[in-house]
Order: sequence, then structure tokens, then C-alpha cells
Amino acid sequence: MKGIKENSRIHAINIINVNKWLGKMHILRNMDFSVKFQERVALIGPSGSGKSTLLRCINALETFQKGKIIIEGTELNNTPKTIHLIRRRIGMVFQKFNLFPHLTVLENCTLAPIWVKKMNKKKAEEEAFFYLEKVKISDQATKYPIQLSGGQQQRVAIARSLCMKPRMMLFDEPTSALDPEMIQEILDLIMDLTKNGMTIICVTHKMSFARQLAHRIAFMDEGQILEENASDRFFSNPQHERTQIFLRKML
Amino acid sequence: MDIKDMEEQSSYIRKNIAPSEPMLRTSRQSTYHWLYTHLFASPINALITLLLATLIIYIAKHLGKWVVLDAIWEGKDRTVCATKIQGGIQNNDWSGACWAFVKANYTQIIYGFYPPEHRWRVNLTGIIAITVNITFLMPSIPYKFINGFISLIIIPIFSWYLLHGGYLSLPLIDTQLWGGLMVTLTIAYISISISFIIGTLLALGRRSQISILRLLCILFIETLRGIPLVSILFIASIMFPLFIPHEITFDKLLRALIGIAIFTSVYIAEAIRGGLQAIPKSQYEAATSLGLKYTTIMCLIILPQAYRLVIPAIINILIGMLKETSLIYIVSMFDLLGMIRITSIQANWITPQTPATAFVTVAFVYWVLCFMMSRYAYFIEKRINLFKQPMIRSKNR
Ligand SMILES: Nc1ncnc2c1ncn2[C@@H]1O[C@H](COP(=O)(O)OP(=O)(O)OP(=O)(O)O)[C@@H](O)[C@H]1O
Ligand SMILES: [Mg+2]
Repeated sequence: MKGIKENSRIHAINIINVNKWLGKMHILRNMDFSVKFQERVALIGPSGSGKSTLLRCINALETFQKGKIIIEGTELNNTPKTIHLIRRRIGMVFQKFNLFPHLTVLENCTLAPIWVKKMNKKKAEEEAFFYLEKVKISDQATKYPIQLSGGQQQRVAIARSLCMKPRMMLFDEPTSALDPEMIQEILDLIMDLTKNGMTIICVTHKMSFARQLAHRIAFMDEGQILEENASDRFFSNPQHERTQIFLRKML
Repeated sequence: MDIKDMEEQSSYIRKNIAPSEPMLRTSRQSTYHWLYTHLFASPINALITLLLATLIIYIAKHLGKWVVLDAIWEGKDRTVCATKIQGGIQNNDWSGACWAFVKANYTQIIYGFYPPEHRWRVNLTGIIAITVNITFLMPSIPYKFINGFISLIIIPIFSWYLLHGGYLSLPLIDTQLWGGLMVTLTIAYISISISFIIGTLLALGRRSQISILRLLCILFIETLRGIPLVSILFIASIMFPLFIPHEITFDKLLRALIGIAIFTSVYIAEAIRGGLQAIPKSQYEAATSLGLKYTTIMCLIILPQAYRLVIPAIINILIGMLKETSLIYIVSMFDLLGMIRITSIQANWITPQTPATAFVTVAFVYWVLCFMMSRYAYFIEKRINLFKQPMIRSKNR
């Protein structure tokens, strides 16, 4: 018990022995994983290994059956209050952007600050413009998502998350629905935004990006973290056999 | 050989932009061309065209004769629309619409027996409802949420009190005196509002996580879908009073209205459920991950998108419902149809032509109302499609 308390002081996210079943399928197996404050972690692994599921559990978008997830010292349980608290601390960016198609770019960004933080509209718009400026898309503020390119939409999605001023961000393959020429743009943007010490977990299939962005790489397969290491050592000296096979395929 | 060379050599890659094809149907000549290809392309085609044309001309001629040429426009009583045998002034082989009847009785057809000195209340209600709803129905005007609240909740309550009265200096006007078009429109409007709200709640309930709520909603929807409106009206007007104490009187019109509203809400619930199902789960996820709560997500993200998808379907249901309001004659309320029917058989107007005229008039009024609704649905549908094709939209603007 004391150990957990200690850990929570240095750990932003602490995942302890988490198990998740979907029907008979064992999707997360005895998952142990933690992320320090201001640490950037890249999560890699083959398709279907449970990377998205893990992120969604951290954000309480999905439930798990066994184990504990502790976010900044708060244990995630099923009470609406904790879930709400945790979601306010964590921003999430999805593979398919998931913008609200019936709202303009600006409204997409101000919706949550207005309704969750009870911010007044003018202030919310000011802040939204600040972040839209940051992702270099403020000139499109009055357009609807459908009028933007994929890369632009993903920028809006990132700005929308940032407007809630989260302390951590979860990225679930932020570039895999994008055209190749957009990918670098978004990656640069994420690098840029996150240099200021935000805690980040990013699922990605771009090894070069993982290496640039992350302090630490974790390799996941069949619902388990098989190997994790500082990013330079991870790529230069993979330990696990399956990691080696995976990296050989990806590089 | 690298790709560039290949491209230069291959002859099937067009080097220049193709010249645009000449536009079809730009001159009068191509109108003939259109007629020719669409109506007279083959002998059989031409024959069908001619037959149908004859039929249309035949019907149009007789209808036109009855409705316009032989119609009677002016007159004080039945004699102008009756033949000599029937005690009137027309020749015995005469047949034509009796517009004089409609002209003489239109106030009753519109207001029923609502006291003439209070008809301003009906007019005021109508004007307010139309003004508010025009702004509500125009897609480009924002504040749909507040506007919808006014349209669907404030206006029905307000109009009920204004029309029914019985407080302050507004004398009470019993619903027994209401009749005609105003009853049709009042019932339709208030039932639409109620059924829209109940329908939304039922649709949400049917998809709820709480299984007892979900079960209740399914039970309610499936039960009511299996009962004809006529029996619901009978239950509302005849059986319902048996269950409640005698001292409580519950207005008959209100009972019929609630019956119709609940009947319609079930169909609307199913339409809205279809819309909800079309919204991807990722929308909920994006919204929850931002920290929004269930009610906010539903009201601001899911329902607005779902409504947009199902407005045409809902209007389709409402068109059907508007016409079914005429069934309230079975509980002895006189809506447009009922009122014009009893007017047309009153002693000083009864002739063979008046009921026919009356029904044509009613049909026309219903048609106008339904056609407006259907055009609106079409307009919204086009807008939705436009929304799906951003390129066209941005080019047009
Ligand atoms: N809703 C669901 N129903 C059934 N099985 C599911 C569902 N969601 C995920 N799974 C299963 O859970 C496992 C993990 O899925 P997850 O989406 O987390 O994989 P992933 O590592 O993110 O893969 P990818 O790289 O392709 O996104 C997979 O085997 C998948 O089939
Ligand atoms: Mg995934």
C-alpha cells in the first residue's frame, strides 16, 4: 500500500496487474506499466495486440475486470466522479479524428470548455483561438470539419483536446488515417506541442517518430508489455525475440 | 526505363485536358429533342403517350368544367346550387361546384362555433405560432435549442391557455365550441410537439443502459404500434373517464389530442432511433473523452446529428398524422372535415352539390398543408445531402 503511494508521487499513470476480457478473449493480460510525470512513451506492437484497448482503459472509455489503474494518485473506479476527474486530466486524440461534424472548427474547440469547465463563451473562444493558432489552423475556424483535409482535421482534434488543458495526452495512431505528406506535419506538430513537458502515451506504427518523440518505448504483444526501454537502447539492442522480429518487419 | 519515360511513351494517357462536351438542352430545338426521345421514341411509346394524354385531357376537361366553368360563385342559400326539380333555379341537367356555400360558411369552417367576438384569440395564436416556427424551421438561423424549446413547449401551452381561456379577463371557451380548421391545426400542432418530445425520450430510453427502462420503452412502443388510432381514441374518450373519479373532468379534446400524440410518438421514436443508430460510436467516445456528461452529449452532439438525418422521415410520419386527426369525429369533435360535413348538410344549404364541393374543399386544404410539409422535408433532405458533399457546397458558396 505504501509502495503505491510512493509511486504515485513520481508516476502520472500507474497500471497494476490489469486484466481485461471481452467474452472469452483475454485482451489485456496482467498488464503492469507506469509512466512518470512529463514522460513521453511510445507504445508499439502488432495489430490487435491491445494498444488501443489499453489507452481506452486509461481514459475509462472501457472497463477492465481485474487490477488497478492509478492516475496521479487517484485510483480509477467506476464512480462517475472519479471518471469525470480523470477524463478532465487526460486528453485523447483518435486515429479517425472524431470531430463533431455538425459544429464548426471553433465550436468543436469551445464546446467542452463551455460545458465542462463552465467557461464563458468569449473566454473559451479566445483560448480556442490560441490553440488553433498553435496548430496553425486559426484561419479555418468558421469552417465545418468536412470542409477540411485529413491533416487539418487532425490538427483541429489536437487543438480540441488541448483546449481542456489536459495534463496528459493519449494519442492513438494519430497519423495512420492520413496521406503520407500530411504525416510529417502532424508528427512535427505533436513534437512541438509536447516539448513543454506534458505526459504522453502515443501509439504509433512510425518507428522513426517513436524514436524522436519518446523517452521510452514499450513493445506490446498479445495483451502484454513484452519489453520496454529507453528509446535509443530499445532500437539498438532489442532483447525479446518477438521485438526483434517486429522491428525487422517495421524498419 | 524510369516512370517518366513510360508516361511519355504510353499513348493512353491523355496529355491535354479534354474539351468539354457541348451542353444538352440549351436551345428550343433540344426541347423538341427531349419530347421526341422521351414521349415518341417508338410506336408503342407514342401510343401510350397519346392514350394517357387523352385520359388527362378528358379528366381535366370535366373537372375544370365542374370546378370552374359551371360552378356557382355567388348566392345566399341552397336555391342557387339546386336544380329546378330540387327546388332551385338551375337547369335540371346542371352540375357544378357550389362555391357560394363555402363563401357563406367559411368562418364556421375555420373557427367552428368559436364565438365571433373572440376569434382574434385564434388569429393571434396562429400568427404567433407561424412567426416562431418560421425562424425555427429555417436551418440557417442559430439557437435551435432555445427556439425548439419555445416552439415545442411554450407555444403549445400558451396557445392552449389563450384559446381555452378561463383566467384573468379571458372568458372560458369550452372546447365543445371549437371546430373546423382551427381544431385540426391545434390538435396537429400540439400533438406534433408532444409526440416529438415523447418520441425522443422513448428513442433514448430504448437505447438506454438501464435495462428496466429499456424494457419499458420497448413494451410501450411495441404495444402501441399494434393498436389502431381509432381504438386509442375510443379508449381515451369512453373508457378513460370510467377509470378516474367523477369529480375530475378532463377535457375531451385534450384527451383525444393526447391519444393522437402518444400514438404518433411511437412512430417518431422509431424514426429517431434509426437516426441514433446512424451516429458512429466514435462520436460518443470523442465527447466522453472531453469530459462531457451524458445529457450534454445527447443534447449537443448526438441528437442534433440524429435529428438532421431523420427530419424527412419524421415529416413523413407527421403528414400521415395530420390527416388522421380527422378521425376525432368518432368521439364527436368537429375538426375541418367534420365541421364542413355538418355545415354542408344544414337545411338551408343542402343540395346534391354541396357535400361534393365540401369534400373537394377539404381535400384541397389538406393537400396544401401536406404539400408544404413535404416540400420542407425535400428541402431539408437536399441540405443534408449537400452537407455530405463538401466540395459542391464550397463551390456554390
Ligand atoms: N469491440 C470489440 N469486440 C470484440 N473484440 C474487440 C473489440 N475491440 C477490440 N477487440 C479485440 O481486442 C484486441 C485488441 O484490440 P485493439 O484495438 O486494442 O488492438 P490494437 O493493438 O489497437 O490494434 P491496431 O494496431 O490494429 O489498432 C483485438 O484482438 C480485437 O480483435
Ligand atoms: Mg488501435
